[in-house]
Amino acid sequence: MSVIETKNLSKIYDEGPIRVHAVNEVTLNIEEGEFTAVVGPSGSGKTTLLNIVGGLDRPTKGSVKVDGVELSTMNESNLIKFRLENIGFVFQSYNLIPVLTAKENTEFIMLLQGAPEKERQERVMQLLHEVGIGEQADKRPSEMSGGQQQRVAVARALASRPKFVLADEPTANLDSKSAENLLDLMLMLNKEEQVTFIFSTHDQRVIDRARRVITLEDGKIVKDEQR
Amino acid sequence: MILKLAWRNIWRSKRRTAITLGMIIFAVVLSTLMMSIKEGMYANMIKSTAGDFSGYAQVHLKDFWSEKTLEYAFEIDDDVVKILEEEKTVDGYLPRVEGFALAAVHNITKGSAVLGIDVEKEKAFTNLHERVVEGEYLLPDDDAILIGNGLAKYLKIGVNDTLVLIGGGYQGRSAVGKYPIKGIVKFGSPELSKQLVFMPMQAADMFYGTNGLVTSVILKTASGKKGIIAAKHLQKKLGDEYEAMDWKQLNPELVNLIETDRVEGYVFMFILYLVIAFGIFSTMLMMLAERQHEFGVLVAVGMKRAKLAVMVWGEIFILSILGSILGLICAFPVCYTFYVKPFRYGEEMAKMAEEYGIEAVIKTSLAPEIFIQQAVIVGILASIIALYPLYKLLKINAIESMRS
Repeated sequence: MSVIETKNLSKIYDEGPIRVHAVNEVTLNIEEGEFTAVVGPSGSGKTTLLNIVGGLDRPTKGSVKVDGVELSTMNESNLIKFRLENIGFVFQSYNLIPVLTAKENTEFIMLLQGAPEKERQERVMQLLHEVGIGEQADKRPSEMSGGQQQRVAVARALASRPKFVLADEPTANLDSKSAENLLDLMLMLNKEEQVTFIFSTHDQRVIDRARRVITLEDGKIVKDEQR
Repeated sequence: MILKLAWRNIWRSKRRTAITLGMIIFAVVLSTLMMSIKEGMYANMIKSTAGDFSGYAQVHLKDFWSEKTLEYAFEIDDDVVKILEEEKTVDGYLPRVEGFALAAVHNITKGSAVLGIDVEKEKAFTNLHERVVEGEYLLPDDDAILIGNGLAKYLKIGVNDTLVLIGGGYQGRSAVGKYPIKGIVKFGSPELSKQLVFMPMQAADMFYGTNGLVTSVILKTASGKKGIIAAKHLQKKLGDEYEAMDWKQLNPELVNLIETDRVEGYVFMFILYLVIAFGIFSTMLMMLAERQHEFGVLVAVGMKRAKLAVMVWGEIFILSILGSILGLICAFPVCYTFYVKPFRYGEEMAKMAEEYGIEAVIKTSLAPEIFIQQAVIVGILASIIALYPLYKLLKINAIESMRS
């Protein structure tokens, strides 16, 4: 079953007399349970594609459907709600809320969803243990290493039980051991809990583990490799 | 959680919070001190003009105050006494005969208000004896007078000199007399000191021919506010034959002066608030710019923009309340210092002040409403300024913000 479905998706930026095709006529299907890496050189359109798929940006033309719902025509308020309910984000620089503890950061998304207190407490602690930082639950981001912070970010992304997780260069700021550990964790979540992951990355370790690698160049898919 | 987040965010950047709090505290202290000085000055003017001399309320025969002639002299009969004594806001009353005469010494003359007073009651109620700066206070059967220091200066006379008074008496008779000056009195209001002459009631009866009648009954009340209430109550009880007037009606010039000055004060305060508002606004802009990325992330992960805006507004609101409370705590000792140790003008400034009929003393007011009012105004101001980030956050674009 397709979680993400794009058809002739384009994003064009007008920069004076020059029109830049950040994403150019991309047609793509991503199935539930995939572990997909979107790769390509800088400026190839990876982040723009992920932003559009994640409902953070709008296409200039074409269609993008998540779980059968068309995002390109949705208003901003509904898009925010849709993101909250259906999409998990993991960012390159973790982007945790600095004044909240690991537990509170994870809980925050569920709180926005209006989940009851008991459910929140149970799920948050379960997730933090799953990502291996149950012991650090009461620490703030500034008291944790980059790897630990990124694990919290993964727990936060999963807290809302999303349809898929978008991870934009998740290992870029991590040392190699932390990166390996994080990838192992994501693979485990993908295999055991059928969480769909889509990465934009330059990292060969991510590419090596991905079961599908989509290569972009100048906004176009030039290679789509299943492994 | 939103409240917890707002509270923790406040203390996240201690320097920024300290700057914002400092601005609000400074604003509250400055505006409170300004208002406290102004209101203190007004209270002082009201007290020295109305409270200490005319009382906060008076009773006369109807139309006396507009006509100001002795033909409106009356006897304080038992009915009036009963009504006055039954009025709870009135702590006491004293009679006066108020007329006008030309005060003359050699070839210098000046129009003066000549008041017949109950020497003992004035001593008890208005502390007139404490205002004697030279010579002695009067005795009931003295055939002598007290004059204001401004008048003494104008006429170039002093204690033991003789003053000739020429005026009109009761029922058309002429009032002429020659009186030794027993003492010089000084009032807070320089205007009063320039025109007042006091003589014992017995001497005034002889001078004006009023024979025990009075023109005014001065009411002693605890405050100006009680004076206003007393006048209202008494007017109802005494009926149309009498007029019960409060200090505002008795001193319309004073009320005008205060109102005009208040308007000037409001203009100054508005400018002050404007400066303060820009200060607070700039720290808010700084905060918005610093946290742009974070706001973008919050919206990206699914936080509604309205919720985000409310959270940030809440942060600023909490800061405003905190700043206002701290401002009040800091403002009180400053105002209290000037209350217990009033600041006196320099010689030049004092002269200028006296020309305007203002006592040359700056004494602050500690009225609670001043403190509360200023804290509330600054708090509201900061909350209104916080509407700008609210507006910006309602339009935030997650991608653009995360790129910043």
